[in-house]
Amino acid sequence: MLDLEVNAFVQRLAAAVHARGEPWIRDVVPALGGLALHFDPGFDGVISDVAAELIERCLKDGLPDAENVGREVEVPVCYDRVFAPDLEEVAAKTGLSPEDVAARHAKGEYRVLMMGFAPGHAYMGGLDAKLALSRRATPRAVVPMGSVAIANEQTVVYPYAIAGGWNIIGRTPLVLFDAKRDQPSLFAAGDRVRFRAISGAEFEGFGR
Amino acid sequence: MTLRILRPGILMTVQDEGRHGYQHVGLCPGGAMDPVALALANALVGNDVDEAALELTILGPDLEFGVDTLIAVCGAEFEANIPLNRPVWVQAGKLVHIGRVTRGARAYLAVAGGLPIEPVLGSRSTYLPGRFGGHEGRTLRRGDAIPLAANVAALSRERFEKLKGKNGRSVRWWAPPLTAPDREPILVHVIEGEHYGRFDGVAQRAFLDTIWSIAADSNRMGFRLGGAPLARPTDESEILSAPTCLGTVQVPANGQPIVLMADHQTTGGYPRIAEIAWADVPRLAQLAPGGKVHFARCSLDIAAQLRKAMRERLEAALHGIAWEYGN
Repeated sequence: MLDLEVNAFVQRLAAAVHARGEPWIRDVVPALGGLALHFDPGFDGVISDVAAELIERCLKDGLPDAENVGREVEVPVCYDRVFAPDLEEVAAKTGLSPEDVAARHAKGEYRVLMMGFAPGHAYMGGLDAKLALSRRATPRAVVPMGSVAIANEQTVVYPYAIAGGWNIIGRTPLVLFDAKRDQPSLFAAGDRVRFRAISGAEFEGFGR
Repeated sequence: MTLRILRPGILMTVQDEGRHGYQHVGLCPGGAMDPVALALANALVGNDVDEAALELTILGPDLEFGVDTLIAVCGAEFEANIPLNRPVWVQAGKLVHIGRVTRGARAYLAVAGGLPIEPVLGSRSTYLPGRFGGHEGRTLRRGDAIPLAANVAALSRERFEKLKGKNGRSVRWWAPPLTAPDREPILVHVIEGEHYGRFDGVAQRAFLDTIWSIAADSNRMGFRLGGAPLARPTDESEILSAPTCLGTVQVPANGQPIVLMADHQTTGGYPRIAEIAWADVPRLAQLAPGGKVHFARCSLDIAAQLRKAMRERLEAALHGIAWEYGN
């Protein structure tokens, strides 16, 4: 089971490990309930012992507070039907109007629980319980880039046009992952995310 | 100063040693599928071991260089009109033909001075799913012109002159192919994955007893293993999506294991039955579809010893090459 306290703890621990900048650790990857330390294969030493010592040291020195892990991110979303092929179906399944589905989604306060599946792809918790649905029976071969989707009591935004099985209820004009940016990913684990409903005209105004 | 692709072969991309430090935002390191062969190819032309090179897969290309260039092809054995696993002086305008693979799956074509392509997030590796890195983020096509170092002619001449044991446009010696399979099935060491204990004894034995075959739909993201499907874990309690790494062996619902390779996803929710020892991943990468592998269980300590042994073999080969350069 996903435990939100464990999840937040993993993110705080990841931040503490990352801050130490150990040269023989290439990647520090927090996930839903566990943390991966990716070592340089050239490292000489007993990896399991070294990792355990490092974690102990981080715990002893104290972890950053949850509020200091991650940033505030606002994501404009257009919930117009043209961008939301599953909005009607979600409305029918939840007994809400499509407008209410969009309003409830936009009102939520979300936290990035984990990055994964594709570069820049964030799994966000905090979805309105009324909107909790399973994934579509048949995944789509291609979901348009920027699609905002819900399933499993979570919401995601597809960073690329890729295959996906979540229920699509809107689209953001933001580029979630751009390898040419210094910070390529808009999201990181621990970020607090808010969606802001925008019109089709505003969407076009982003000129993507 | 370019090299021109006259015929592209299959899935030819620019790769170096990969981009590290972005797995926390979902980006895998990528890079050469066989980093050992990449290192040897670079050393053979006098480069740093992590320079960008062309990764050839199964069927090689026809190429033409705009200037006299020192090159080396190292890794799998291919039919070719140049000698492999050694430095070769290629004259401007002369056709370099590399045909079908005859042993292994992948080789690296390195050129003196490397490929001065603009790095993306610290690496020149092509990441195909994200369409960035390497040459326009894609596989190479007929007519592509890949830039060479501005001083490639002078650099090539200077390095070729230093070489011992010359024989015409190449040399009499060659680098040992450290990763190409000598016979199949190859033996690959694994440590128990996080969910090994969730599989029943029959599935655990089947995983280790089966001679697996690399399936046709395998790619740089993962190798699918063909064989009798494994029974799903008996413990049905939820498996949380967790970090994965190079060499993670997952078992999805259909029971056909998938080995995560260079362009793998950074997290995954399938049961993880095993993790391949780092030392054996480059050897596994040298299997083409249809290639055969079986697994032997080992401890974390043994995996560390294997890693050290592989690094020492590579170091010894690199020293040997440096000696031929008079260093």
